[in-house]
This record gives sequence, C-alpha cells and structure tokens, in this order.
Amino acid sequence: MYVTTDPSEAKQIDPLEMPTLCPGAMAASNPWVAGPDHQASCGFPGELVDNWQEKAIEKMGELLGKYRSLKVYLDSCVKCGACTDKCHYFLGTGDPKNMPVARQDLLRKVYRRYFTLAGKWFPSLVGAEDLTEEVLNDWYTYFHQCSQCRRCSVFCPYGIDTAEISMAGREILDHIGKGQKYCNEIIGKVHTIGNNLGLRPNALRSTLEGLEEDIEDDIGVPVKLPLDVKGADILLVTPSADFFAEPHIDGLIGYAKVFHAAGASWTISSFASEAANFGMFIGSYENMRQISLRIRQAALDLGVKRIVFGECGHAWRVAYSFLNTLAGPFDFLDPRYPVPQHICEYTWDLIEQGKLQFDKSKNDHIKLTFHDSCNVARATRMGDMPGGQFEIPRNILKTVCNHYFDMPADTIKEATFCCGGGGGLLTDELMDLRKKGSSPRMKALQTVQQEHGVTHMAAICAICKTQFSKVMPDYGFERDSILSVHQLVSNAIILEAPHDEE
Amino acid sequence: MAGGTPVLTTIYACLFYVATVVLVVGFANRIRQFAMTPAPLKIPTMPAPTTKTGVAFRLFREVAFFESLFKSNKWIWVFGWVFHMALAVVLIRHLRYFVHPVPEVLAFVQPFGVLAAFAMVAGLAGLWARRFVVERVRYISRPSDHLMLALLMGIGLSGMMMKFVAHTDIVAVKAFFLGLMRFSIQPIPADPILLVHLTLVAVLMIVFPFSKLVHSAGVFFSPTRNQVDNSREVRHLAPWAAKLEADRAR
Repeated sequence: MYVTTDPSEAKQIDPLEMPTLCPGAMAASNPWVAGPDHQASCGFPGELVDNWQEKAIEKMGELLGKYRSLKVYLDSCVKCGACTDKCHYFLGTGDPKNMPVARQDLLRKVYRRYFTLAGKWFPSLVGAEDLTEEVLNDWYTYFHQCSQCRRCSVFCPYGIDTAEISMAGREILDHIGKGQKYCNEIIGKVHTIGNNLGLRPNALRSTLEGLEEDIEDDIGVPVKLPLDVKGADILLVTPSADFFAEPHIDGLIGYAKVFHAAGASWTISSFASEAANFGMFIGSYENMRQISLRIRQAALDLGVKRIVFGECGHAWRVAYSFLNTLAGPFDFLDPRYPVPQHICEYTWDLIEQGKLQFDKSKNDHIKLTFHDSCNVARATRMGDMPGGQFEIPRNILKTVCNHYFDMPADTIKEATFCCGGGGGLLTDELMDLRKKGSSPRMKALQTVQQEHGVTHMAAICAICKTQFSKVMPDYGFERDSILSVHQLVSNAIILEAPHDEE
Repeated sequence: MAGGTPVLTTIYACLFYVATVVLVVGFANRIRQFAMTPAPLKIPTMPAPTTKTGVAFRLFREVAFFESLFKSNKWIWVFGWVFHMALAVVLIRHLRYFVHPVPEVLAFVQPFGVLAAFAMVAGLAGLWARRFVVERVRYISRPSDHLMLALLMGIGLSGMMMKFVAHTDIVAVKAFFLGLMRFSIQPIPADPILLVHLTLVAVLMIVFPFSKLVHSAGVFFSPTRNQVDNSREVRHLAPWAAKLEADRAR
C-alpha cells in the first residue's frame, strides 16, 4: 500500500483544491438513454416525443406548481458564487457547468424565458434562453453529473438544493421520452420483481441459506437469515446489493449476528427485498411512492411490529424523510419505536443497553476512518438529537474498533463529499465522471493515511461501497479497503456457541 | 434651492406612486406564489432543528448573520453581510423623511447612518469586484447581475454626494414625501443629484419583485431551511399528494 513518509508531501494533498476552469470538459459524459421498454415500465413515453419542447415547458409549469422548492430556488439565486467550489464533480473535473449554480442555470435560463416577465422581455439581459436541442442535450448531460448529494445546499445562503433542480430536470426529461437507462431499468425491476437486481424469491432464499451455512462454518453459531416469516417482530429492508456484493454482504452478516445476539425475531421480505428507491433519483413522486408502498404491503402481509433499514444512503433518506409521507401512516406498527429505524440505531441501542459483547482486538489489524454518506449526513437523522447520523455510526465503530481516526473536518459530517457514484450515476459508462468525482474524498482519505496510517474506510451506503471498491485502487488502496460498518461489528461481536446437547 | 416646476413635481409624484404600487403588489404577489405552492416532501438540510422554535432560530441566524454563507466563503460573507447590514441602517435612517416629528431613536441612528453609507458602498464594491476578479463568479454573472450592482451603487453614491458634496434641500424633500403620503403634492427640489438618486430608487422599487431581489422573501420560504426535522413523528402530506391516496387500499 502507498504510504508517504515525507511530511512536507503530506501537506500538499488538499481535498478542496480548486481546479482551473475547463469549459466543456465533461460535455461528452452521458449515460445511456433508456429504451422504450424501460421507459414504459416507469410510465414514461418510449422515445423523444415530437412536440418535446412544448411538453417539456408544460411539465416544467406543472412542477413549478407542485414543488415550492423548485419555484423558490429558481427565483431566489443571486449568483453570489458561494456554491461554485462546493461540488465534488466540479472539483474533480473543472467543468464550469458542474458548479451548482451553473447546473441550476441550465434549467433557470429556460424558466426565465418562458415563465418570467424579465426573461420574456429582456432575455439576453437576464440570461434567459429558448429551450433548444442544445439546451436539452446539456440538461441530459449535466443533470446526470449531479449525485444529488446536497453539499451545495449546506453552503447556499438560501439553502438552494441543486438536487431539487436535477430531480426536476430528470423528471422533465423522462416525461418527454429521454430517460436514463440505468435508473429506469432498475425501477422497472423493482416494480415487477421487488428489487434492483431482479433477484427472484427462490434465488434470494438460496442465497440466504448459503450465507447461514457460511456463518455457521465460520463461527460455529447457527445465525439465521429468515425470509418471509409471518409474525416476525422486525422487518429488515436492506439494499439488494447486501445479498451478493462485497463488502455489502459482510454488513448483512453483521446485522444477522446483531439480531441473533439480541434474540430478536426478524425477517427479510421477498416482496420488498430492496431498500433503495431510485424513484427519488429521477424526481418521480409517483414511482417513489409505488416503490415505498411495497414496503408497507410487506409489513402488513407479514404482520411485523417494526421496520428496520439496512446500510443504504439514499434509501435511508427516502425511509427517514419520505416513507411516512409516501406510504404512511404506520399506525399498525408498535408505537414504541420510530418508523422506520436504521440498523445503526438498532445496534447502538443494544450496545447502550449492554446487550452486545465485543472483542475489539479482532479489528486491531485495521486503522479505520468513516465516510459520512452524503444522503445520510445531509438528508436524514439517526436517534433523538440532530447530528445523530454522524455520532451513532462513529460510536458503533469506536465500540468495535481500537484505531479510529476522522478525516479533515471540512470533508466530513455535514460537509462530507459524495463518493462520486450516488444519485443514479453508478453505471459503468459514467466511470470517468465517477472517478473524477471521487477525488476530493480520496484525497481526504490520503491525508489520514499519511497522518495516522489509516488502512480502511467504513461506510453505510451500498452505492458508496460499490463505488469505493472501484475507485480506491486508483489511489493505492486495496479493493477491500472499503468496509461495511456492520462488517466491523460482525468481526468483533462475541456470540455464544449453542450448548452441546449430546 | 428653488422648488421644481409643477411638471417635474408631477412626474416624480407619479413615479413614486407607481413604484410603490408595483413594489407592494408585485412583492405581495410573489410571496403569495411562494406560500401557495406546496412543499410535498420533507427536505430540510440536516442536521436540522426538531422544533418550530429551533427553525425560527435557524432562520434568524440565516437572516441576521448569513450563517450558511459564513460557512461557505469568508470574502462573500464579509462583503455581503456588511452591505446588507449597512443597507438596513441606511434604510432606517431614511425613515426620518417619512415621519414627523422624528422619534429619538431615528435621531440616534443618524450618525451611524452616515458611516453605514460608506460600509454599504464598500460592500457593494467588493461584491462587484468579485464578478470581475474571480473566474468562477465571472462565469456565472449575467448583465442583470452587473446592472443590479450598478443600480445599488448609483443609489449609494448619489445619496452620499448629497451629504458630502452638494447638500440638497432636505426639508423640501421631506415635505415632498410627507405630501405624497397625505396625497397633497408638494414641490420637489430641482436638484440633479437628488433627482438621479430618486429615479434610481424608483427603478429599484419597480424591478424588485421581478428580479433576483426576491431572495429577500425566498430565504423564508426555502424548504431546506424552514422545515422541522420531524418526518418520522408527524406525517407530512401535500394536498395534491393526498389526492393520490384516494384510490389506495390500506
């Protein structure tokens, strides 16, 4: 592994380093356009409609009447420049259209032209423009270079959130027949099969059974991963990546061990076998709502008392902030627990009650840092206090690991960087963008590698984990240097072997 | 200084009546639009307050101290904050031309208002310089962004000229505005600097509701700033979203 010993070199790494402006640098970065089938599965026209211009303006007008955020944010920006250096894609690419305000302006200039007096009368004065094919292509290109991480909204004096703009932009694109393949194909799978991967119930069952065998072989304790158990207390909803990807699956094993240690009655649902909700990425309330209703349905069908979400960033945003709105009220669940709960809240509760035992030395080969996943950090909470989303995962990690170090303060917590693959961009054809977008986080990681010899980074998001396992090798780390938080819990937790009955 | 001709007085009287109506009606209309548009989802930028009182404090810090801007960029913060606070003091000081007799508080503010004029112009100059000097800000600046600064700068400088270079007949100015408020038109002094100052102010009032200056209302309606973090405890449902549920079986 790459370790620099020269302290003067350590100072040279600056995660917030300002790039020189390179107009058009990322103009060629486009995700695949969704085909007719994928469009249809989400309820959108199959290809670019003939009167797309008219339809796009009509849709924009509809959204302006439905979303206060869009209306207020398109009107209120004063172009102060506070956000210009806050986006990881701008820092990584130098493309000025990746400055949050410039990305918003792609939509704002059309809004001004068609919906404001100033833009109708004095277009060139206020930067208003007709919706041309060139502008449409810019929308597609640059609204798919926003991971909706909300970092810009922290620093904007009016709280303008570019995620709201890029979601509206994608919603308009979908409705004129120019959707993005990656998101819409996945949403179609959730609607028909129940998860992003298209993993059918039988395959899921055998995967979970295989995992149970692996765990028992490994530690000699029969930890179960129950599926579709009616009458279980807890429904676990977790990203489907947890069922097969590394290091996600080690996190799933961690949840199972925690449930086992607590003696909890829990189950996974094959009907709602996906925590992620890509409906949010495309700004579609209706798709997001339908996906959320599967979870409500599963909870009702299985008769559970609680819902707990696994480690997944945007999923936790939809779960924490939107689930009650989209699929509530959850008055049929046990009112003593928040709906839903995060697995970290669940585990931390047990730790505080002294119900879990750990051997921290099992993680002594690891010098750890924690990546605050963007949507968990800036769009959700854990526990009772604001900021619990920062403290609870760290408290868990410090409970199970002896060597913990935070990255620089301006790159964590509310100022955290996106991994570079969030918001529906975790697709291979955007690898160049993803790698460039990850650079601020990777540089921040290198600083603690140099200062403290940090070897691993933990995260609580399926996208972050997949993204980092792809980009970390470029920065001299092993692929498996990215860990699930519950993987570290899994390593250290002490489970009692069953009493020998013979 | 001699009073202006009846024509001049009539023009400026009309100008200020029109400007006032446009400002009040236009701005009220904009606020109505913001208020009437539903916010269907809970999107506060976290960590966010969990109570309404907490949200009031958050908005207060945002408006009084520009908290988010402070986190972002100290240069924009110092120029922006100084400009806005100085403008507030200057505006308060100007109330003396609209009330009679002048309350002690306004008399007390008087000397600070003079200092504030310098601070206001300095803040504007800093903000304007950034639009030329900082490449990123230059890229996002449109002609209207420059014009808005020019307008404010023109107002500030013409106002200062009347204080420090060529005094105008402020007693007559006050009589003119008190007259406007009582619908009894009094002659306006035909002082060119004053007329420039008043024209620019009227233009600003007319432009205000149709420009980015509506950020002054927008900040209070921004869902990322004004929402309470309580989505698990309280179900938040917009009227249009509630209609989607009509067909939903339990």
